[in-house]
Amino acid sequence: MSLMSFASESLKNLFKKPVTTKYPFEPAVYPERSRGHIEIEIDNCIGCGMCVRSCPLGALQVNRAKGLWAINRFDCIACGYCVEKCPKKCLFMKPGYQTPGEQKNEDVFVKSPEQLEKEAKQREEAAAKAAAAQQAALAKKALEAKKAEEAAKAAKSEEGKD
Amino acid sequence: MKKRSVVPYGPQHPVLPEPIHLDLVIEDEKIMDVIPSIGFIHRGLEGLTSKRDFNQMAYVAERICGICSFGHGFGYCETVEKIMGVEIPDRAKYLRTIWFEMSRVHSHLLWLGLLADGFGFENLFYQCWRVREKILDMLELTTGGRVIFSVNKIGGVMKDISSTMAKSVLESIDSIEAELKELQKTFMGDYTVESRLKGCGVLTKEQAHALGCAGPFARASGINNDMRLLGYAAYGQLDFEPVISDVGDSYARCDVRIRELFQSFDLIRQCFNKMPSGDLSVDVKGNPKGEHFTRIEQPRGEAVYYVHGNGTPFLDRLRVRTPTFANLAGLCETLKGADYADVGLLVLTIDPCISCTER
Repeated sequence: MSLMSFASESLKNLFKKPVTTKYPFEPAVYPERSRGHIEIEIDNCIGCGMCVRSCPLGALQVNRAKGLWAINRFDCIACGYCVEKCPKKCLFMKPGYQTPGEQKNEDVFVKSPEQLEKEAKQREEAAAKAAAAQQAALAKKALEAKKAEEAAKAAKSEEGKD
Repeated sequence: MKKRSVVPYGPQHPVLPEPIHLDLVIEDEKIMDVIPSIGFIHRGLEGLTSKRDFNQMAYVAERICGICSFGHGFGYCETVEKIMGVEIPDRAKYLRTIWFEMSRVHSHLLWLGLLADGFGFENLFYQCWRVREKILDMLELTTGGRVIFSVNKIGGVMKDISSTMAKSVLESIDSIEAELKELQKTFMGDYTVESRLKGCGVLTKEQAHALGCAGPFARASGINNDMRLLGYAAYGQLDFEPVISDVGDSYARCDVRIRELFQSFDLIRQCFNKMPSGDLSVDVKGNPKGEHFTRIEQPRGEAVYYVHGNGTPFLDRLRVRTPTFANLAGLCETLKGADYADVGLLVLTIDPCISCTER
């Protein structure tokens, strides 16, 4: 049992550099995986709302018609469940913690008007395509029905001959 | 009969990391009786099962406590997986074990620091927490969080430990081990520490057994109750012996926890050696229906998880029995007959986690 077993450790510490960093003057370094805050590539978002349903806190909002995605940063616990659930992988967890604020406001991301226009055009095109496909299918069905009817008629007339 | 008086202790007290209130019945500075009361940080997390679905509850369970957060997330996921009959991939089991042991290291180093602070050795306290910072950095590197890890989900884990990460984890564990050996000399070899801890708050094996104590607190009294021997996650494939001491005083509790730290380093190394490659998680379909009990060994002792599912996304019941709750009875027993000046230290030796206890 020694009395001064810590002395060597204390002496070493006298000549060591501090283990802390001077944070505001030196930037904080986060590892790549650090769960700081969530970012979105809004132009890739399809507004499916999977993130809203998965969020344990209800911190998210989505409006597909307006191309809007909003997050309440003060409610978000940065668990990363929405990032996991996003089918288009347009949500990202990025390092760097949220700065403090005076009010609990939301961060709102809205798609650019050009993007919205482009999407509307795409939707119209898709709708037109779908309508055309439907019409074609209907026409095909009608044709098939007619053929079947004719075949039945022919069969009947043949039966009559017999 | 001498005059007895009641001294309130806590919930706000410099030595307590978390709020617990003790009514100490004292007679000439000697503790005659203790009446504990808790209920200062109840948050109703178990009740949230009615509002959050069983997948979201994994994140809620993790937030039961800041130090045992991985253990709670793990215990909850393990229980729900058992109900749903999900077998998680082997790699996920090993990853969970690695993170569990890393969180044990950070919890025990935190406790060693608090203990050193409790007996007035502030420099030692700083050293313990400086060393702990390294394991926190490794946890942040691999999971993305220092306190709340959010890597467990029903059906496996979300993140992998790449080979470069594994290398830095192993390097940092080597350096922590070397530094801990230096600190161990002070904890287990210094005259002042010994005279402060030896013979302080003795709990015999019979008492510990009768009062149902758990974890390192009971292992220091000679009870072999390490739940890791049940072989959940990857513990079944690892080679380890529970750390036990027969003495039962505060010094033995310190000794047990320091030796458990070295055991954890060994387990992490074994895991990295044996970890197979493969998937991280399996798809889980449907909702849990049925009930299950899981017992796991958290840094503070045996925790019991009970989940009852009714076939909907919302569970009927989630119940957690935490190690600190089991140890409170043992704490009251050790306090009886102790000096008033030892109360702070003895409360620390059970490694109290009141947030877990109240949820």
